[in-house]
Amino acid sequence: MAADPTHRAIEAVFRIERARLIATLARMTRDVDRAEELAQEALLSALTEWPKSGVPDRPGAWLTAAAKRRLIDGARHQSMLERKHAEIARERDAETDMSAEAIEAARDDPLGDELLGLIFAACHPVVSPEARAALTLRLVGGLTVEEIARAFLSSEAAIAARITRAKKAIAKAGVAFEVPRGAELRARLGSVLEVVYLIFNEGYAATAGPSLVRPPLCAEAQRLARILAGLMPEQPEVVGLLALVEIQASRLAARADVDGRFVPLTEQNRARWDQLLIRRGLNALDRAEALGGTDGAYVLQAALAACHARARSAESTDWARISALYDRLAEVVPSPVVELNRAVAHSMAFGPEAGLRLVDDIANAALLRNYAPLPAARGDFLFRAGRTGEARAEFEAAAALAANERERDFLLARAAACAP
Amino acid sequence: MRVMVFVKATDDSEQGLPPADEMTEMFEAMGKFNEELVNAGVMVAGDGLKPSSFGKRIHFDGPNRTVIDGPFAEARELVAGYWIWEVKDMDEAVAWAKRCPNPMRGPSDLEIRPFYEMEDFGEAATPEIVAHEQALRDRIGGE
Repeated sequence: MAADPTHRAIEAVFRIERARLIATLARMTRDVDRAEELAQEALLSALTEWPKSGVPDRPGAWLTAAAKRRLIDGARHQSMLERKHAEIARERDAETDMSAEAIEAARDDPLGDELLGLIFAACHPVVSPEARAALTLRLVGGLTVEEIARAFLSSEAAIAARITRAKKAIAKAGVAFEVPRGAELRARLGSVLEVVYLIFNEGYAATAGPSLVRPPLCAEAQRLARILAGLMPEQPEVVGLLALVEIQASRLAARADVDGRFVPLTEQNRARWDQLLIRRGLNALDRAEALGGTDGAYVLQAALAACHARARSAESTDWARISALYDRLAEVVPSPVVELNRAVAHSMAFGPEAGLRLVDDIANAALLRNYAPLPAARGDFLFRAGRTGEARAEFEAAAALAANERERDFLLARAAACAP
Repeated sequence: MRVMVFVKATDDSEQGLPPADEMTEMFEAMGKFNEELVNAGVMVAGDGLKPSSFGKRIHFDGPNRTVIDGPFAEARELVAGYWIWEVKDMDEAVAWAKRCPNPMRGPSDLEIRPFYEMEDFGEAATPEIVAHEQALRDRIGGE
């Protein structure tokens, strides 16, 4: 926004504090819009005050105090109209000490429950996964509507509408900005993890558009996964998701060649894989398994990703282990997409005929109709079985279904390589 | 973006570890800061390095390589530790670095250096150069 270095420095501090600030304010007001407004007003105060006074020692507490003061002033003005707000104003008399230290003590939140509460609210299952993703990127990631629209190749108006709908649904359902406990935690954790993985996948395997990967979305998802694993280190599926996105992200640079063309896993230059991320991912996987999460859907997927990460060459990939992990995953989360990947793994471990047998079982699944990877996989099995004529038809069918241009080029190239 | 944050060495850090009580205090303060970094999803890696008296340098001059044993002069040019952070931009890295407790007894420096990313070569490198560079990398990294 501002080119002035002081303003930029203040905004950077604000960005670090923003999500927690909004979390605190949303918990107080139960109104996300109001919380965002108050946070913005606190930023404006900081932009006025800090150039004179310097950045305070506890900027988060300072911003919270400033926003709270605004909230109370606002409540005073409206106190004739709304009793509820008048109550907040009365509370102020009891709460005379508005110093940053007092606020800091009051929001002493070593477990990060406030931020976590905001994440759980933004990812509440009353909201559609796409809207959850947009809202989470806005509130927790601090992305602007414009940035989110660009990331999802959507219009600003569409994203803004999606976010508004999400906020309304949350308000209507009376969602508390708190971390659910016990059985509810288990139930709702799934929808949080789903959002993070959706954001990651949209960056990793862009479903539409000219470019194959959108690294900024992957980076946002990784940051979210790291935050969650930092705040819930005892949840195996959280740590499993972290492992999964770290290992997948390690391959981002290798997934596209210099011309932006898709490079399949087995042909990637493994020297370009990010070893730092692989190490982080493998460590997280060890932790998730030690927590007893071996059979969790994310932990299993991380274990699958780890098989590739550990293989020094495509040839040394342990396809038998990958097949066994897919067998297990298909039991834990039965889905035609998992079955398809399972078929691919079996074809690599036990030959193309094994893949064809498994893929024929799911060929009629409704979910896979118009799903390009299905004919692409069949094409590959047929090609390897020497049935190139049939393979070509499958690759052409897959290319016709592919939404991503880069992927389509890849499939057409494979069709062309099927010499009659 | 990924940055490396260097903790620059001082005459003190070149002497080795501080006395135990001072070290405990430092560990506590630094531990809290690291926890903040982890909870914000910023910290990717980080460690401390032993003084340069434990280190070695390999000097290159044409075909010659000479090994030089530490310690090395000019503490301020040496590194005593590092982090790797993933942040949105340099402003965010600076804001985090300012929150770090002084890692040394006296005056000290942190230095933030962004990693090169592919886009950095964008304008300067023609597709041919990039392709050649990649082919080279592929050969170096090949099995």
